[in-house]
Amino acid sequence: MGQAGEPIIVVENLTARFGPNVVFEKVSFEVYRGEVLVVLGGSGCGKSTLLKHMIGLYRPAAGRVLIDGIDVNTRNRRKLEELRRKIGVAFQSGALFGSMTLGENVALPLEGHTRLSASDIQRVVKMKLAMVELAGYENHLPSELSGGMQKRAGVARAMALDPEVLFFDEPSAGLDPVTGAGLDNLIQNLNAGMGTTMVVVTHELASIFAIAHRAVMLDKSARGIIAVGSPRDLQGRRDDPRVFNFFNRQWARPGAGGS
Amino acid sequence: MTRQADAAAETVVDITGEKGGDLRLSLKGPVCLDNFSQVQESLQSLWSRLQPRSLTLDLGQVGYLDSAGALILVEFQAQARERRVPLEVKGLSPRLRDVLEIIHPEGLAQPSLRPAPQPPDFVSLMGQGFLSFVQDFIELHIFLGELLFALGRACRHPGEVRWSEVLLTMKRMGLDGLPILSLMSVLLGMVIAFMSALQLQQFGATLYVASLVSISMVKELGPILTAILVAGRSGSAFAAEIGTMQVNEEVDALLVMGFDPLGFLAVPKVLASVLVVPILTVYASFFGILGGLMVGVALLDLTLYTYVNESYLVLTVFDIVTTLLKVAVFGVTIAAIGCQRGFKVRGGVEAVGIQTTSAVVASLFMIIVIDSVFAVVLHYAR
Repeated sequence: MGQAGEPIIVVENLTARFGPNVVFEKVSFEVYRGEVLVVLGGSGCGKSTLLKHMIGLYRPAAGRVLIDGIDVNTRNRRKLEELRRKIGVAFQSGALFGSMTLGENVALPLEGHTRLSASDIQRVVKMKLAMVELAGYENHLPSELSGGMQKRAGVARAMALDPEVLFFDEPSAGLDPVTGAGLDNLIQNLNAGMGTTMVVVTHELASIFAIAHRAVMLDKSARGIIAVGSPRDLQGRRDDPRVFNFFNRQWARPGAGGS
Repeated sequence: MTRQADAAAETVVDITGEKGGDLRLSLKGPVCLDNFSQVQESLQSLWSRLQPRSLTLDLGQVGYLDSAGALILVEFQAQARERRVPLEVKGLSPRLRDVLEIIHPEGLAQPSLRPAPQPPDFVSLMGQGFLSFVQDFIELHIFLGELLFALGRACRHPGEVRWSEVLLTMKRMGLDGLPILSLMSVLLGMVIAFMSALQLQQFGATLYVASLVSISMVKELGPILTAILVAGRSGSAFAAEIGTMQVNEEVDALLVMGFDPLGFLAVPKVLASVLVVPILTVYASFFGILGGLMVGVALLDLTLYTYVNESYLVLTVFDIVTTLLKVAVFGVTIAAIGCQRGFKVRGGVEAVGIQTTSAVVASLFMIIVIDSVFAVVLHYAR
């Protein structure tokens, strides 16, 4: 587990541009099989944009992203299908289908990609919902639940097929501390037990220290990565005020240069 | 152990021991979603087939275990407890324990908090339909009352109306809709002229094609065509826009900032609609007559002068004024229904779609009803 493993995700010279507005340039890093990598940074630094490039929702202006050797923007249909089965994505606000109950939402990938019988699917769905502490809610509609519950249901749906790589966009934002810690625990168990590789976009310090093996820090003004390393290392790093302020939760007056 | 490394291996359930005695089970290979049914089958059949007195489950050689596989094992343990068969688990590595820990046994036993939704039967569907119609009728009138109130306030304080928004809506409704409206009216005028000429030719009365096109376009078809187009283009847009704002809590934000959502959102749209729909109708009628003229001059051997003269003579000021009045009412109706349906959106995005459809359908229904009322009243009023 961790650093010693081979890379499962390779990001090469990735540039994200919307019209004239460059979000980040020439970003390169690797995610190793079985590790929990956290992408962090202040608001507007392009964390979510990076995630959407990694899962192939945005087409990069330059560079590429490989997951297990497959380019996420490949035009090869079979390769793309193979890739989509390997990854699961938990979106920021759940992205549940409003017209389906929670159970149907979680059952959807199982119905589409496995040959399980309907009763087996129901049992797996029950288990997945219990994993995110939503046992009993399978017949509720997403609109009847709170934001935090919707988010957890989104996590359950992302995990439905037990993918090799799980992407989380701000998993603990908007959750109460107890539920957030529960989600962190779930991430750790999934990672330790099944060796699931996790890419987590977040800026919750407590969560970063709890789950991350390695962190990649983006910065808006640098338009790219300013630090890579374990959270403990980054916290002690005093050479870059941007990193230090982030990890020690200090407010820097704009223009004052930190410290 | 990852799925990759274990994908090729086969799952084997080894059972040693005799029927009714102490059984030793050992699982080998991956236990995951891909062979969920297979593993489950072999474990389930064991209870009735071998009726064990005690069980030893050896997990020492289990490869990749995912949460679905863990579910099978946890359920198996629960079944053993239920049947009062002592079960000893061996070879439980920390890795496997982590996966098994993901499963919450108490969550699996928890029944649904509510039954699965059932499709309603015919009688309750009828009842619901009737109730929602009545509800709709009441809500629409409450909304109309509030709208009139807001319009009245806008008249007293014209400075408070967002005139830039009115102009923008007018451009979207009017200018942007003009090309498609012109095309439809020209074609409609041509078709009417052509079809009626086929009949009138038999009596040598092709001259009356001009008056027929002129009257029908100005009094009925121009207004109806415009209203249908505006309902489809703008009524739906109003409902979708306000509905999405409702979903995003933007309407609530307006309210707490001290703005009247009706005055802020609905009034500009209604004002724009009242101003634009009559103008569009004039265009539609004009282009319809133009279409008829093209057919008349090109195919029916009428001169330009006769055609225009005939079209002109048959119209009265009364016709034109009442038409403009009618389409102004159409305009208010379409905008009001569009806004009302938008404000009615509750819950998620699905409701936006439903209310947008409903806005168009209700607008079309009201247009036809109002048109009929005008036809009857004008007949006697004249």
